Amino acid sequence: MARPTGIPVWKDIGVATPPAEGTLEEKKIVIVGGGPVGMAMALDLGQRGHEVVIVTRWDFLPAYSKAICWSKRSLDILDRLGVGQKLVDKGVVWNVGKVFRGDEKEPVYEFDMLPVKEQKRPGFINLQQYYAEEYLFDAIKALPNVDFRSGHEVTGVTQDDGGVVIDVACEGVSYKIRTTWLIACDGNKSSIRDLMGLDFEGRVFEDNFLIADITMKQGRPSERWFWFDPPFNPGQSVLLHKQPDDMWRIDFQVGWNIDREAMTRDENVEPRIRAMLGDDVEFKKEWYSIYTFQCRRMARFVHGHVIFAGDSAHLVSPFGARGCNGGFADIDNLGWKLDLILKGEAPESLLETYNYEAVVTADENILNSTRSTDFLTPKSTVSEAFRDAVLTLAADHAFARPFVNSGRLSTAVAYPESPLNTPDEDMWEGGVPPGSPPLDAPFGEEWLLDQLNGEFTLVANGYDGGAPEGVRLIDLSTGGGSNVLLNRYDLSPGAACLFRPDQYVAARWKKPTKAKINSALRRAMGK
Amino acid sequence: MGKLNTNPNVAYADSVYQKLIDAHAGLSDADSIALNARLILLLINHIGDREVVESAIELARRGGGD
Repeated sequence: MARPTGIPVWKDIGVATPPAEGTLEEKKIVIVGGGPVGMAMALDLGQRGHEVVIVTRWDFLPAYSKAICWSKRSLDILDRLGVGQKLVDKGVVWNVGKVFRGDEKEPVYEFDMLPVKEQKRPGFINLQQYYAEEYLFDAIKALPNVDFRSGHEVTGVTQDDGGVVIDVACEGVSYKIRTTWLIACDGNKSSIRDLMGLDFEGRVFEDNFLIADITMKQGRPSERWFWFDPPFNPGQSVLLHKQPDDMWRIDFQVGWNIDREAMTRDENVEPRIRAMLGDDVEFKKEWYSIYTFQCRRMARFVHGHVIFAGDSAHLVSPFGARGCNGGFADIDNLGWKLDLILKGEAPESLLETYNYEAVVTADENILNSTRSTDFLTPKSTVSEAFRDAVLTLAADHAFARPFVNSGRLSTAVAYPESPLNTPDEDMWEGGVPPGSPPLDAPFGEEWLLDQLNGEFTLVANGYDGGAPEGVRLIDLSTGGGSNVLLNRYDLSPGAACLFRPDQYVAARWKKPTKAKINSALRRAMGK
Repeated sequence: MGKLNTNPNVAYADSVYQKLIDAHAGLSDADSIALNARLILLLINHIGDREVVESAIELARRGGGD
């Protein structure tokens, strides 16, 4: 169904002409799903020069806002893909979150999502998902090697040792594609996962949230504001986020036993908004919906030649902004690995490390989301008493504030135990250990992360031993960098750090040699 | 990291115990639960040692045996 009823259209992208009935095409990479995760995956592999087919059942980008919070790490990834600046230019930048209780005017708790300054990107921007999708779509359309099949739907999947065959339907025409790799980025209700009969285990939280996107003129600061038990939603919580175009996102906690249809009717939503913002507030409805929290993941994300990424593989409650941001982490991890495998430079077993690292990330996201949700929605009298005790004590005592959990927001996840890491053999004064995400720093007039553009890179503070094939060398002793960069990575004279194509640290040495670098490179490529 | 001390460690045990019971005098069950919650959080922060606190939670959960 290319154009379902009831879903507003942001941008018409048309139905791609299907091949003749009964055709069997041969492809290397097919991505299913045209949301932000699928499109970012297509952009990553397309920019690496691969022929990519992306299949998505709708012929338009939908206009309702879903994801709105784009994390610093996602912006770093989107910078590497060349679209980060577009999101930042349009988005609302924020770093500070405030938590209020009851009708008190002063927050009981406040946090800064970017405690380490002198980085290119802020802690977060807020932006409607449809803008991000439009920017990704425009970037994909500029790549002749990415075939965007909008209005096409996958109806069957079979797999053998060499690849995957999918049945595709488009406007009454049925055809097949045989592909070496199938990447399922088709969301929470993944048809690929269903067609393959795979598991999706986890918890549903017995609570609902009314999500209201409205437009209005307000002079409030660009901060995340969260209320426990405010007068305008007694006994429940409320979250307020600013978006571009004078749009605001309000999440009202509404409890479990509700009439979902009645709850989203205008005449029932508007009194809540007026109670919160004042009877005289002028606003326009954009989108109202009900959301139920779930925390789930598949046991494995790699099933032979079918790979799952994003919401199809894992699902979290939204209070940590860990949904779409978690999906970008997946494709960032997967892109370079699949690239090396397709070029014959790394063994297929490298994908097992995608499975490992993406599961570590999903588990951390699920753990944090579950803890936040348990704090927001206590499951017992005692649990509620502890939550209230934290909020009461936090008003006057600093010690209790770190316990206040209105959502632990998405930051990049480290893989300290990843088999791709080369363990330290030297003594380091801090710095960024192997398996960690990168920490940005000034680089001359630019930024470190802009230099780490999708290939293995050795950043050294003086090194003339030669870089192995496949490793780009940036020697800070000949220019670039900054003292902040040297300090952040503890790069004393002669020391060096090897970054993976996804900018994670693979290895570091106080006195590297070409042999050591080569050995770490091979390990990071799964050899 | 410390180890949970299960040897006698409080002087004037009777007095401290009585203070605890007196604090709950006249409270409803709900208010008592709330008081205990605040008290536990204050003590956890004062101890500050994750291993000690987690050992205490586990010991209490086991019903206090071993």
